[in-house]
Parts: sequence; C-alpha cells; structure tokens
Amino acid sequence: MSMATPKQDMVTMALFTAAVLSAPLWLSPIGANYPDLLQKFAIYGIFAIGFNILFGLTGYLSFGHAAFLGVGSYTAVWSFKLLSMNVIPAVIFGTLLAGLFALAIGYLSLRRSGIYFSILTLAFAQMCYNLAYSVLTPITNGETGLQLDIGDPHVLDSLFGIEYTGLPSTSLFGLQMTGYSGFYFCAVILILAFFLSLRIFRSAFGMKLRAIKSNQTRMMYTGFNTRPYLLTAFVISGMYAGLAGSLLAVTDPLAGAERMQWTASGEVVLMTILGGAGTLIGPLLGVGLIKYFENIFSALNEQTLHEVFAFLPDWIENLTVAIVNPFVGEGWHLMLGVLFMVIVIFLPGGVMEGIRRIADLPRKFRRKAEKRRQEAEHAAALRAAEEEG
Amino acid sequence: MSDYILDIDKVDKTFGGLHALADINLKVEKGTVHAIIGPNGAGKSTLLNVCIGKLAPNSGTVNFDGQILTGMHPYQINKAGVVRVFQTPEIFPDLTILQNVMVPAFAKRDGTFTFNFWKSMSAERKIRQEAEHVLEDVGLAEQMHNHSGSMSRGDKRRLEIAMALVQHPKLLLLDEPTAGMSRHDTNRTIDLLKKIKERGMTKVIIEHDMHVVFSLADRISVLAQGRIIAEGTPDEIRGNPKVQEAYLGGAEL
Repeated sequence: MSMATPKQDMVTMALFTAAVLSAPLWLSPIGANYPDLLQKFAIYGIFAIGFNILFGLTGYLSFGHAAFLGVGSYTAVWSFKLLSMNVIPAVIFGTLLAGLFALAIGYLSLRRSGIYFSILTLAFAQMCYNLAYSVLTPITNGETGLQLDIGDPHVLDSLFGIEYTGLPSTSLFGLQMTGYSGFYFCAVILILAFFLSLRIFRSAFGMKLRAIKSNQTRMMYTGFNTRPYLLTAFVISGMYAGLAGSLLAVTDPLAGAERMQWTASGEVVLMTILGGAGTLIGPLLGVGLIKYFENIFSALNEQTLHEVFAFLPDWIENLTVAIVNPFVGEGWHLMLGVLFMVIVIFLPGGVMEGIRRIADLPRKFRRKAEKRRQEAEHAAALRAAEEEG
Repeated sequence: MSDYILDIDKVDKTFGGLHALADINLKVEKGTVHAIIGPNGAGKSTLLNVCIGKLAPNSGTVNFDGQILTGMHPYQINKAGVVRVFQTPEIFPDLTILQNVMVPAFAKRDGTFTFNFWKSMSAERKIRQEAEHVLEDVGLAEQMHNHSGSMSRGDKRRLEIAMALVQHPKLLLLDEPTAGMSRHDTNRTIDLLKKIKERGMTKVIIEHDMHVVFSLADRISVLAQGRIIAEGTPDEIRGNPKVQEAYLGGAEL
C-alpha cells in the first residue's frame, strides 16, 4: 500500500468537499435529493467514518457502537431542553459524553480481543439499551422517547432573552435546522470529520494502528504498549458515533432507545464492510448504498414496478414484476441481504475493491497484450532459427 | 563483574513434567558475540523467551545492564534495549517493507505510547531516512515499497534483522538467523552480522549451522536437555570431547 502524497490528499479533500456540497444536484436523477435523506447520508457517513477508524485500522470489530449513537442523541436532546436550542452545545456535549462512555466501555472490552471483544461490546450496548428502557426512564423517558416539552427551561436561551411560544425548533444562532440548512450543517461537519479521519490515516499513529491489526504480538516485542493505542482508537470512534447521534437529534429533536439496539450496531458494521473496511471512502459508499435501499427501494410497490417495466411486452412485464416484487417495498431487506452476500463472497474488500479492480483492468489488458506479443515474437524467433538450422 | 551486560542467574523453567531449563547460569560480556548451541529441544529458544518476557521462569532472574528483566512486560524489556530476531519471521505482513522498519523506528523515538495523529507520515523524514539506511545495510533498499507479506523467507529474516537494527539495541538476540536460507543468503547474513559486530553491539545467537557459529562467536555455550554442559571459546568447544559426544555424536567439527 503506497502512501498518498500531501498534494494528492489535498485533491482528495477538494473533490470530497465539492461532492458533498453539491450532493443535492447530482443525487437528483436517482431521486435522493430531498433534505431528509441527504441528512441521513451525512450523519450515518460520520458514524461509519468513525467506526472505520476502529475496525478498519485496528481490526477490532465492535458490535456496540449504537450505544454511543444513543448517548449522543439523549445528551443532545437534554442540551436542547435544559440549555439552549442552539445546536453547538448539543453537538459538543453529545460528542464528549459519548467519548466518556467509550472510555469506560473500551477500557473494559479491550481486555480481550477477537470474538470476545465483539461479544463484550455487544453486551455493554445491550445493557445500555435495556437500562434506557427500564431503570433510566427518568432520563430517557422510556418507550415514549425523550422529546421537547413546552415547559423546558432553555436556561441559556432565556439568559439571552430568547423566549419560545409553543415547541421551539433547533437552530444555529437563529438559522433554523430544517430542510437544506439542516443538511448543510451536517455536510460541513461530515467534511471536517472526513478530514480528521484522513489525517489519522496518514499519520504515524494510523500506521501503528495498522501494524497492530497486522501483528499485535509483534508490536509488543517492538516496544509498544498496544492497549492505549487501541483505547484511543476506540474512544475516537465512539466520539464520532456520539457526534452522529447528536446530529440525529439536531435534525429531529427526539431520542428513543431503539437507536441503541444491536441492529443499529450491526448496521454500521454492514455499511463499513459493504463499502470496504480500512479504506477512506469505502464506509461512505456503504452508507450511501444502505440508506438508499432503505429509503428508495422500500418505497417501491407493485404499481410503481409496473410503471417502470411498462415498456416490456405484457407477459414479460408481469413475470419481471413478479420476480422483482419480493425484493422491494417491505422486502428491501431481502435485496440488501442478497447484495451483501454477493459483495462479501466476490469482493471481500467491499465496493472499493470492485472499483480498484475495474481501475486495474486497462493495465491488466496491456500486460496480457504485452505477453501475447512476446510469445508471438518468441515463436517467430524459434521458427526462424529452425529454418536456418 | 561489571562488564557483563547480561547475567542469567539460576534460571529454572518447567513445562508440566518437562524440565526445559535447569539451573541455567550464563554471563555475556559487553560487546561480544555469544553463541548458544545444542540439539533440538535443548531449551535454547525457551531461554530466549525467558529473556524477552514471553515466558516467566519458575525461579531465577535475568539481569541486564543493571536492571532485572524478570517480571517486566515485553515492551518494557524492548525499551531496556533488548531486541530479539525471531526464528519464524514475525513481521507486519500487511505493511510495506519500508513501513515494517519505520514502525520499530517510531517505537524507539516515541516510547511505549504517543498520540500525534496530526503529523503526516510524509513529514517524518528523519525516521524514513533511518529506515532506508538500515534497509540498505541488509540489502532490501531496492524493493522497500513492496508488500512485505509476499517476500521470500530469507528476505523476511533479513527484514527482521533490519527491524531490530533500526532500534540500536544494546543486546540483540538472534534465534537461528540463517535457518532455511540458501548458502548464498547465509553468507550474506554472516557478513551483515560481522558488520554489526564491528559496531560493538552485544549479541546472543542461537544457531545450528556450525559454519555460522564459528565464524561469528567469541564464546560458545552448549545446551543439552536444559543444562549447560560446556562453555568456552570456539577452539575450546571444538576440542571438547564431552561436547562432541553429547551434541555432535562424535562427528568432527
């Protein structure tokens, strides 16, 4: 794996920034340009980028990152209720508190590695989930979920003389976080989060994490205490998850315990593997795929399918719709499952490996052509020698 | 005496009923090459494992340069200046050859843990130069951007020697550095080790190849069934009938 130069990284950053900010434009042909979905792309993108710092670099597979997502959401909503409807304190507190949780859970879970580490993180996350439903109901509001109330104090806001009539909405110094402004707020944070992850990937710290993934025992005989490295990576990725969780609350100030369930932890694992663990862009592609399926394919039904395939002769149309129908609408999970299996079996490196292979095709063809040419020359030379002899 | 850098004192190690190391006393003088020879299963690798903290002895201590290594964590022993080259190559197969050498160079500079994720690798020029320099010494400079996982076994071993040298250890422990190498590679490795010898690094070397042992060692200890049965200069060992009987089966050296 050759390292990219700083100049190449700057180009990457520029392209990435342009792509994210112009997403509403280039996503419109596939019907994914509405703010609600764009926000989800950005927020889960942050979640997956952070998860990839742990899983992609160190190889430690956490099955409990949804816990940090949930902590971020609850903290953000509490910040809205108690302090201010401004999103800045909500995001900061959400990230920090998730970091503290990650420190505690990571410290305990990292005493083991491999499958045992995964099980420990899963157990902690499920514990958080069940606590949120039961003992912690005063904080989490149980099954109903934590939401804004008319009587909330908003201490900081009233300090600055801001009064609300009715249920207030989240804002960035007066700019309401709804629609496209909400998306652009998440987009800017996504760009910053991506930049930080790029720096980590390119640093000596990132290389040490990769070395731990490659041969952890060797790292200890090389003079490294590996556990603080792993814990740092764990806390960073936990804070990314907390950031994503607080952004979920920014775009919709409501936090429920289901956000912490193991399926949510599993989803980020799927996203990262689907896109390509350990690559910079891969997890984002995974997020795009899964969220697109979840939102677009799930909205398709038999009637829309008939419209799509209307150009076919009637009986083929009916047959195609009958085959495709179970995979869309409520069956979109089936489609996702099939896609996941195909990718893991044929492209263990995820979508990114597919892209790399396609990019390598011209070189492969050239090499093959070169080999054929050499063989032909060789054969010609042999023939010539025979004729002479 | 103070110029013994390594002092293994009454080390005992059992695995179940097997007495792997029995009351081992071994002193290594600073700046010398000390070879440990002996038949398979004599306890040579076990002895090295005790030195680097991979195994804890049942009793006895390993003293190194004024410190007691016994009970220390492997990374602390590395920090004390003891570095081992493993018998089966232990490298980072997912990294490039250059990165494999940069990792231990970072360990030397950064200590057991540092957290600087902002500085780009491309700005780490000094570490890179050090790593390139050592790779030139072992003859791997030309292929340093290749993946290390697909190297030949002999190349992996030379890479491991480079990974050890970049840390400038006070004591280098070599576990059969030429095992499985071709004659050509073996000679190259001997030349390389001789070059290091000139730099005054203390080395303990385990080796089956007598050609390697006699061209490098200043002193030799012979280990058989967990005990040291003889110790002396190469000439003394060569002429020792007890060694020839026990280890070499009477064959001429």
